[in-house]
Amino acid sequence: MTELWDGLVTALKLIISFDPEVMAIAGRSLAISATSSTLAALICLPLATVIHFNKFRGKRTLINIIQTMFSLPTVAVGLFVFVLFSSAGPIGGLDILFTPIVMVIGQVILISPIMLGLTISALSGVDKSIADTAVSLGASRFQMAAVTIREARFAVLAALIMGFGRAISEVGLSLMVGGNIQGFTRTITTAISLETSKGDLELALALGIILIVIALIINIVLNRIQQR
Amino acid sequence: MQRKVTTVILSTLVIASLLIGFAGCGQPRLKVATTTSLYDTGLWDYLEPMFEEEYGVELDIIHAGTGIALEYGMRGDIDIIAVHSKSREEQFVADGYGVERAPFAYNYFLIVGPPDDPAGIKDMSPEDAFQTLYQSASARFISRGDDSGTHGKEKAIWASAGYDYEEVRTAGRWYVEGGKGMGATLLMASEMGGYTLTDMGTFLSYQSELALVPIVQEGAILLNVYSVIAVNPESDPNTNIEMANNMVAFLTSPEIQELIGNYGVDEYGMQLFAPCAGAEPMS
Repeated sequence: MTELWDGLVTALKLIISFDPEVMAIAGRSLAISATSSTLAALICLPLATVIHFNKFRGKRTLINIIQTMFSLPTVAVGLFVFVLFSSAGPIGGLDILFTPIVMVIGQVILISPIMLGLTISALSGVDKSIADTAVSLGASRFQMAAVTIREARFAVLAALIMGFGRAISEVGLSLMVGGNIQGFTRTITTAISLETSKGDLELALALGIILIVIALIINIVLNRIQQR
Repeated sequence: MQRKVTTVILSTLVIASLLIGFAGCGQPRLKVATTTSLYDTGLWDYLEPMFEEEYGVELDIIHAGTGIALEYGMRGDIDIIAVHSKSREEQFVADGYGVERAPFAYNYFLIVGPPDDPAGIKDMSPEDAFQTLYQSASARFISRGDDSGTHGKEKAIWASAGYDYEEVRTAGRWYVEGGKGMGATLLMASEMGGYTLTDMGTFLSYQSELALVPIVQEGAILLNVYSVIAVNPESDPNTNIEMANNMVAFLTSPEIQELIGNYGVDEYGMQLFAPCAGAEPMS
């Protein structure tokens, strides 16, 4: 039990003193996950509206597949991305393995199904008469989609936050394709894994607490934006 | 007004974290894959700034077991490897993946276990100790189980003691495959009250966290030599061979050899690594 308490105390000390290494690790985690969440959102929001507003064969199956991919194991995505970007792999020539860039690519693959699937659910929850009304008032297809997204904004934001949460909390992918390089690809979760293997449980716990604090701040900020 | 301030603060934060997060993406870099036993002792953290300053390059240290480090080398994902498994290193060079094997430091493996030595193997030869563990089948043995250099040494001792490793692996619940790095395996053995095979350097640097003591430390088979091998540019044209050669020269230079020999002496009261550039000890 003392370890938990010591972890909390260490976390507070590291935060209050702006420990440069911890701040750099936290900033890096935030930067990588925020970038991947933004990219994933830019892909998923339009794609979700296209899937939602169109009727086509196999739509149900497609949504089932997307929902199944919510359970993609992070290490499996990590292995896939590793093999893809390894020098011996099909696009190894880019030479970006063991950099933050490839971590972002991996996270986009990892979180896109969640953002996509939950955004489709969010749009399905909007009363269809809203879209119909918009059309009858002369709205273009694009405007109709915008109105529907606006109606569903709470649920859409929840989808984005879920995606971000998965990105910043995953460790398997970051370890495998990032390499946990100090000062370059070490994030909060890979640092926790390293410190735990070193037996420095207090620092590991402290980093865990810092991750939760970051998630809390992000949530507060997004919720404030949404309520405007 | 308040909204403006919030926007400014938020965008500053985002830009700052982006700068930190992706800093150094365009700089020249040298990628080293190193065995966990070298990394866990802190030796790389100690040497890294000296190398970076001398050669003006960012050193990326990826710590992995010898097995995966060699695999990275074969795939051309890194520029140089620092590992400890002589036969596999020689194979790596013979297959054309590495330029040359350059031994730079050595120490000894040892078998550590609980202070009360439940299996009664203290001061036996490594082979006899393993035989006793196998026959008693009660005291736990925690294996790395990760195809690392230490794991390779463990297999060599089982073979030398006359056992088929596949039989040992499945012999019973006393044999535990940890699947972790050296430090984590020591912590696991300590928690479970079991024995494990470890290199001296990692054991010394973790000793304060462990309820384990040295049990077996005599035996020619326990010799542990660390080598560095630059990835062959003929097998991987993109490799940074120039900087990798600098690393080999750096590690085997008299000054750095002396620093390696003195590393940790003040803290642990004994040598973690003995330098051996140009004069590989033979078991």
